[in-house]
Amino acid sequence: MEKIVDQEAAFQARIDAGEKIEPKDWMPEKYRKTHIRQISQHAHSEIVGMLPEGNWITRTPTLRRKVGLLAKVQDEAGHGLYLYSAAETLGISRDELFHQLHIGKAKYSSIFNYPTMTWADIGAIGWLVDGAAIINQVMLTRTSFGPYARAMVRICKEESFHQRQGYEIMLTLCEGTPEQKAMAQDALNRWWWPSLMMFGPRDAESPNTEQSVKWKIKRKTNDELRQQFIDITIPQAEILGITVPDPDLKWNEERQHYDFGEIDWDEFWQVVKGNGPCNKERLQARNDAWNNGAWVRNAARAHAEKRAEKERTAEAS
Amino acid sequence: MQKNERKKKEPQKQANLFTNYTIITNQYNMKGNPIWEVFIRSKNGLEHRHVGSLHAEDAKMAMENARDVYTRRQEGVSIWVVESKHITASNPSENGEMFDPAKDKAYRHPTFYDLPDELEHI
Amino acid sequence: MENKNKSLIDYLLILGDNSLILGHRLSELCGHGPSLETDIALTNISLDLFGQVRSYFQYAAELTGGEATEDTIAMKRVDREYRHTWLVEQANKDFAYVIGRQFLFDAFHLPLLEQLVNSKDEMIAAVAAKSIKESRYHLRFSSSWMERLGDGTQESHQRMQTAINDLYPFTYEFFEETATEKIMHEAGIGANLKTIETTYRQTIKDVFAKANLEIPSAPPRKTDGKKGIHSEQLGFILAELQYMQRAYPNMTW
Ligand SMILES: [Fe+2]
Ligand SMILES: [Fe+2]
Repeated sequence: MEKIVDQEAAFQARIDAGEKIEPKDWMPEKYRKTHIRQISQHAHSEIVGMLPEGNWITRTPTLRRKVGLLAKVQDEAGHGLYLYSAAETLGISRDELFHQLHIGKAKYSSIFNYPTMTWADIGAIGWLVDGAAIINQVMLTRTSFGPYARAMVRICKEESFHQRQGYEIMLTLCEGTPEQKAMAQDALNRWWWPSLMMFGPRDAESPNTEQSVKWKIKRKTNDELRQQFIDITIPQAEILGITVPDPDLKWNEERQHYDFGEIDWDEFWQVVKGNGPCNKERLQARNDAWNNGAWVRNAARAHAEKRAEKERTAEAS
Repeated sequence: MQKNERKKKEPQKQANLFTNYTIITNQYNMKGNPIWEVFIRSKNGLEHRHVGSLHAEDAKMAMENARDVYTRRQEGVSIWVVESKHITASNPSENGEMFDPAKDKAYRHPTFYDLPDELEHI
Repeated sequence: MENKNKSLIDYLLILGDNSLILGHRLSELCGHGPSLETDIALTNISLDLFGQVRSYFQYAAELTGGEATEDTIAMKRVDREYRHTWLVEQANKDFAYVIGRQFLFDAFHLPLLEQLVNSKDEMIAAVAAKSIKESRYHLRFSSSWMERLGDGTQESHQRMQTAINDLYPFTYEFFEETATEKIMHEAGIGANLKTIETTYRQTIKDVFAKANLEIPSAPPRKTDGKKGIHSEQLGFILAELQYMQRAYPNMTW
C-alpha cells in the first residue's frame, strides 16, 4: 500500500516537472482508465463527426467546395485513427473501443447529434465546431500522456485548414445574395448554443476537472475555455455581419470579456443521454458501416494468412 | 479451409440497450488486430522518423495504408512499416541501469577538454 | 476551328465525366467504409478523380467561352449531356462492387492516360501526365483488393465474383469508338482505343488469375453512355450533384 502511494507521488512529481508519460511507464490505474476513456471519446467524436458533414459531400455547390470538404472529412477519419492508435498503446484494442461506441456505451461529442440541413451548416461547423475543437486540442498538445500529446500535435497541424474553410464558406454566403446571408444566419442560430455546450458542463458541475488539471489533460477549466471561445468568435461574427442568437451577449469592460446568456443545460443533458435529434441515426450509421465491412475485414485476414502459409511452405521446400 | 474464419462460429447477437439494431459480438477482435508502426523519411538526406501506427493484415496492406494515411500532405519520400510485435522495447523500470551510467562520462563530450581560446580549427 | 473545338470539348466531357461520376460514387462512401484505413484510401482516389475533372472541365470551359465554368459543366448539364460509361455510375452495392468497379475502370484508365501523355493537345497531355501517377496507384490499390477479396474467404470470393459478373459486361463500352473519339484519335489528340483494349485484356487476365476469379463470359451489355444514354441511376446522382446549383441558381459559393 505504502509503495503504491510512493509510486503515485513519484508519478505526480514527474508530471509536475513537465515530463511526459509513455505507455510502458508505470502509471496509476486511474490514469490509464481516464486516458482510455478520454482519448477514445475524442476518437469517437472525430469519426461520428464525419457523418453530419459527409452528408453534404455529394451536394456541394461547386467542385472546389467538394474537394475541400472531402479532404476535411477524410482528415477527421485520420484524426480518429491517430487517436485510436494512442488509446491502443494503453492496452485496449480498437475493436473493443468500436464495440463500446456501437452499443451506445461510449460517449462522443454531442454536437454531432444535430442535423446538417443546409449548405451553410457546413460553413458553421467548420467555423464554430472545428474552432471550438481547436481550442481544446491546442491545450491538449501539452498534455502529460506522450502518445496523446503527439497525436494532438499532428491533428492541430491538419486542423488549421478546417476552420479557415468553414469561415470562408460563411464569408462567401454573407457576401452573397440576401437568401445566402439568411442561410448563414440561420446556421449560426442553430449551431451557436450547441457549440458553447461543446466545452462541457459548468465548472461547478464538472467533478473531474481537478484531477484532469493535475494530469495536465486540462490546463484550463470548461468555463475558461468557453469564455475564450466566445471572446474570439464574436468579432469573427461581426466581420461576417451576422449575430449570435443571445440577447444577453454584451462586452463587459470591467472583466474584459463578453458576458453571455444561460445555456440550456437541460437540452445539453438530454442530448448526452441519447435523446438529441440525430443520436440514433449516427449510431446506426456507424453500426451499419461496421457490420457491412465485417466480411471485408475477414477476407483481408484470411488472405494474409494464406499468403503467409504459402511463404512458409515455399521456404520449407 | 480457412482456419481462422470467424464467420463459421454462430454469430453471438447482443441486444443493444440503446437502439434497436443488433451487435454481432464476434465481429469484434477484442484482442486487437495487427498494428504496424510507420516510419517516414521526409526528404532524402534525413532519417526515417516514427510518425504513427495503423492496422493492416499484411505488409503490403500496411504499406498501402501508410501511404494513404500518412503521406497525404507530401510528408514523405520513403516509408518503412514494421509490425509492432517485432519491436523489442527497453523496459522503463530498468532505465536506471540502462541509461544513467552514461551520465557521468563527460569525457565523451568535446567541452570536457580545456583548450586555449585562441586555438582555431579544432 | 469552330468544329474542331466542338469535338475537343466533346472529348473532354467523355474523359472528364467518367472521373466525375466515379468520384461521386466514391465520395458517397466517405465515413462508411469497412475500416478507417480503407475509408481514407478510397477518399484519396475520389479526390484524385475530382482533381482530374477540374482540369478537364476548366479547359472545356475556356474553350466553350461565355459564362461556362468548371461548375456549370459539372452541374448544369441535363442527363442526356453526360458522357460517362455505365460502369462508373453503378451503385456501391457492397465493397466488392466498389473494388470491382474501381479495378475495371483503372485497368482501362491507365493505358488510356499512357496514350494521352503524347496527345497533340498540350493541355490534355499535361493533365494526363499528372493523372497517370495517380491512376497507377489506383490500379495497384484496386488490384491488391481484388486479390484480397477474390482469394480471401469463401464469402468474399463469392461476393467478388458476383460483382465482377455484374460489372464486367459494362466494360465493352470503353472500346466502342464514338464519332468524337474517332476524330480526336485521327487528329492525334485522342487515344487509340484498340491498343488500349489489348493492354486492358492483359491486366484483367493477370489480376483475375491472381485473385482466383473467372473472367465472366456474359455478352457485352448494349450500353451507350458515351452517347448520353444512361441507366436509371443517373437521375438520382444528378439530383444530389446538381442540387445546390439548381435550387439556388447563379450564386457564388
Ligand atoms: Fe478533427
Ligand atoms: Fe476538423
